[in-house]
Amino acid sequence: MSAEDAWRALRGVTAARIGLGRSGSAQTTRAVLDFAMAHALARDAVRTPLAWDVLEAALAALGQRCVHVASAAPDRDVYLRRPDLGRRLAAASRERVVAACPEPRELLIVIGDGLSSTGVAANAPGLVAALLRLVQDGGWTLGPIVLAAQARVALGDEVAESVGARAVLMLIGERPGLSSPDSLGAYLTYAPRVGRRDAERNCVSNIRAGGLAPAEAAFRLAWLLRAAFVRRLSGVQLKDESDVARELANARPGALARDGEGH
Amino acid sequence: MYRARWHHVSYEFADLRELLAKATPPRAGDALAGIGARSATENVAAKMALADVPLARFLCEAVVPYEEDEVTRLIIDGHDAAAFAPVSHLTVGGFRDWLLSDAVDGAVLGALAPGLTPEMVAAVSKIMRNQDLILAARKVHLVTRFRNSIGLPGRLSVRLQPNHPTDDRRGIAASIVDGLLYGCGDAVIGVNPASDNVGRIVELLCMLDDIVARFAIPTQSCVLTHVTTTLEAIGRGAPVDLVFQSIGGTQAVNTSFGVTLALLEEARAAALALRRGTVGDNVMYFETGQGSALSADAHHGVDQQTLEARAYAVARRFAPLLVNTVVGFIGPEYLYDGKQIIRAGLEDHFCGKLLGLPMGCDVCYTNHAEADQDDMDVLLTLLGAAGVTFVMGVPGADDIMLNYQSTSFHDALYLRDVLSLRPAPEFAAWLARMGIADDAGRLLPEAPTRRLLEHVGGLAP
Repeated sequence: MSAEDAWRALRGVTAARIGLGRSGSAQTTRAVLDFAMAHALARDAVRTPLAWDVLEAALAALGQRCVHVASAAPDRDVYLRRPDLGRRLAAASRERVVAACPEPRELLIVIGDGLSSTGVAANAPGLVAALLRLVQDGGWTLGPIVLAAQARVALGDEVAESVGARAVLMLIGERPGLSSPDSLGAYLTYAPRVGRRDAERNCVSNIRAGGLAPAEAAFRLAWLLRAAFVRRLSGVQLKDESDVARELANARPGALARDGEGH
Repeated sequence: MYRARWHHVSYEFADLRELLAKATPPRAGDALAGIGARSATENVAAKMALADVPLARFLCEAVVPYEEDEVTRLIIDGHDAAAFAPVSHLTVGGFRDWLLSDAVDGAVLGALAPGLTPEMVAAVSKIMRNQDLILAARKVHLVTRFRNSIGLPGRLSVRLQPNHPTDDRRGIAASIVDGLLYGCGDAVIGVNPASDNVGRIVELLCMLDDIVARFAIPTQSCVLTHVTTTLEAIGRGAPVDLVFQSIGGTQAVNTSFGVTLALLEEARAAALALRRGTVGDNVMYFETGQGSALSADAHHGVDQQTLEARAYAVARRFAPLLVNTVVGFIGPEYLYDGKQIIRAGLEDHFCGKLLGLPMGCDVCYTNHAEADQDDMDVLLTLLGAAGVTFVMGVPGADDIMLNYQSTSFHDALYLRDVLSLRPAPEFAAWLARMGIADDAGRLLPEAPTRRLLEHVGGLAP
């Protein structure tokens, strides 16, 4: 086996940029440009505004009504410098969400742009579609879907608290890596209110093509939701044991057939 | 009260804490905390007022209360007045001139280090330009040892960072072999594990130890897990070379990291008892970074650069082999862009070196910071000129586990090439023995790639 063959075999066990070769003490032209493109994709994920109208249309096709809100960070530059502002609602947004959801609901889904608009655009509609079936199974009342611009994870707390939701699912674009610019994260918070700490949330991350499939993510989130409603808490005290449920379900063929349609 | 006048305008600063914060070059974290200067003129006025403060003043006005904070107690109780004597009459401004003067060399600075507090060093850094930070840090010579000698003049060491998102042993070993073939790994072969499971950590420690032993590499390995996990691994008989821990500059931030000075002492004693070093017994590896205290809500209204220097007071207590400031990892809310990251990297390196530490730097950035590879080239080159002890080597600069960009094996080659720097001498001799590099340190075309890769193929996942 040549050295090049040996490297090729090892690229199957790691996505690390190994065996790149060199031009003197520098990287080859090919490696430099590949890296530059990966960085450009990640930069665009952070900087490109989310196409909210496209997302709203996709959710309407799932029969969902949407309400638009914004955080207190007026633009992307402020958003990046001031995470505290991205966690709070702009004044007018609070009234809008209350008007759109006059009655208390058990569950509110908030979709925030976060740090990757491409992650949201690519993965949020599929995840919501998979979630809706499980929400129906759970019998939980669901409010309109809240679309939140310049949002951090904790923004969902204020949104949900203002309409009296028992739990909130925040679906948000994750900080992009070079190999994963389009990743969506989902955060579950029980009894959401302003000031909740990150340790009081459960997170299902890396939802993307090549990562966690939307149907699988929805299964885990529904499992966590059910457990959170029973135990009346979320976070580090609520350990994700959905894999056990998954194994039990797999032992009974057909039990997950509906969930599997999301693939 | 501290004051400065410029023509007919006077500026006042209530205490050292406010003065230090307002004298700091602009950065996002201090603005986020609401403690930075409100204008460019206030920033310069604060520098002027700070330049007039006697160094001795820092011994009687603590920025974090002595009663509340064990890091302050460590700084004050551990201060060496005899070592401080040569500069005890100077102001901060006078200290800058003294540091840069021709009469002050590495021997003088080495003797002075125990007499300096982190606040003094942070203060003088705030009135220094980037070139001053390079000139002064370059004078310091400091050597630490475990299985090789790190920090000798004309040398640049590299931490080989072969991370993998699921800790796959073949994946990690493949990245290690790649790095070794580029002459990297003399500072440490150090893995950030995805798992904190003790059994998994022990497996990784054994795999690293096996590679180091099989190829008789004069270097040390480390799995960068929490100090309590490393203690458990030592208890299970795992081959631990270095104890790793992230540390910060206040007791409160260290509490958020789950450590105390006593716990770090316990871990150091456990590693020393293993007697695994062959040429020295520096067994600790610390990582730090500006902004960690603010992000843990543990900053006491002190600016992030001063708190970073206080973390070095924690580090020096434990005679570390390596201290690494992970400068751009924390994100743009603390260091917004390439300019702020470059400045912070030079400050951290200078402050650590003056306090007597073997400072390396993870020259790095995240994808939501306003920075790119060109900024990293600038900081890497400046740190090389400043005499940085070690930098990171990550395959292609892309850390696929931690999702950020660091420096690559090629970047280390570049820096050694352009500044005529060599690896640690024991490691350089090994590279020659293996046929990876020639005696002058140049990589050879016929490297023993196959032999090294065959070892990887035999590993379990």
